[in-house]
Amino acid sequence: MAVAREPLGSPDSFRARQLLARDLLRGDLAGLELERAVEQSVLTTTLEKAVDWARSNSLFPATFGLACCAIEMMSIVAARVDVARFGFEAFRASPRQADLLILSGRVSIKMAPVVRRIYDQMLEPKWAIAMGACSSSMGVFNNYAIVPADKFMPVDVHVPGCPPRPEALMHGILKLRKMIQDDPDLGWRERYGAVGTEEVRSGVDPSPEPAGA
Amino acid sequence: MPDQVGLELIATELGVVVPGSVRETSFFRGQASVWVEPAHVRAVLGALRERHGYRMLMSVHGVDYYPEEPRLGVHYELLDMARVDRIAVKLRVPLDQPQVESVTPDWPTANHQEREIYDMFGVVFDGHPDLRRILMPEDYEGHPQRRDFPLGGEPVLFTHNDPSSPGWTR
Repeated sequence: MAVAREPLGSPDSFRARQLLARDLLRGDLAGLELERAVEQSVLTTTLEKAVDWARSNSLFPATFGLACCAIEMMSIVAARVDVARFGFEAFRASPRQADLLILSGRVSIKMAPVVRRIYDQMLEPKWAIAMGACSSSMGVFNNYAIVPADKFMPVDVHVPGCPPRPEALMHGILKLRKMIQDDPDLGWRERYGAVGTEEVRSGVDPSPEPAGA
Repeated sequence: MPDQVGLELIATELGVVVPGSVRETSFFRGQASVWVEPAHVRAVLGALRERHGYRMLMSVHGVDYYPEEPRLGVHYELLDMARVDRIAVKLRVPLDQPQVESVTPDWPTANHQEREIYDMFGVVFDGHPDLRRILMPEDYEGHPQRRDFPLGGEPVLFTHNDPSSPGWTR
């Protein structure tokens, strides 16, 4: 098979940029040429934006299924709707390692304290998705035994459906990704009256341990 | 199932073995039922097991007969596994005095079922080893399966109760 060697074309062609990068790394460039190469190959951004970009593209959901919606939640990591394409496939078995809680199903009033404890155990920054009609508005189980998720914990995205299709949940996760990129705080402390409950506050020294504690 | 004659024979014998226990009998669509006094239910179930071979307690149910009086009911379904023969023992208690004798000492399977009936209907089983709520939280108030218990839940805005709906679905 003959190898086609193309002549070096415009300075924007891939081959030309490759050669330029090689020369840059070798230290062969100097002066105006060097400045032009740096200008072309360096991307500037703020640290916060970079961190938000990294956070939003690697959410770790907690391995936590409540009811029939959990079946659909499991199938988003399977082959057909492969959420690993976007980097959300690492379901962590411990809330300490997770930063996304998907409430997949109905929450009974006996289960609500357990869910709340799992949410409290997650490290910040953390987000929550209420998946399905039950955890958002109690759905067909609108009776004495069930409580909607908004009553006991902050929720960032509600995914409707009974149960939602895996694509719908994935759409919700991608919406959350966009929201995190825009503003990772999402203002839930203001929405739910939780200002002052931050675990770590920047610029404030943690209060020293009382003696003998 | 015992037929109607067999049911009457069993009920008559129960009335002799446990005096004053049988209230009445009913035979409906092939199901034989003995209505008994709440204080004698354990003796009646024991007699059915020892004398008639109904050795398995299949299930214990709670019923709310509202608006009839006495309101609360408990049903016991017995099975004779050798003859594949079933009989039901039923009783009724009023709301202000919902005491029923527990059968858990004789039939351990009744333990959780009696707790559930206590949880959902408020029937109090005397002599139960551990009569606590089983499904609802410990501090829950009321007995949710009673028919006068509010359904609860959250009002949800659907098209049929949305005041701004143009009424296409009505």
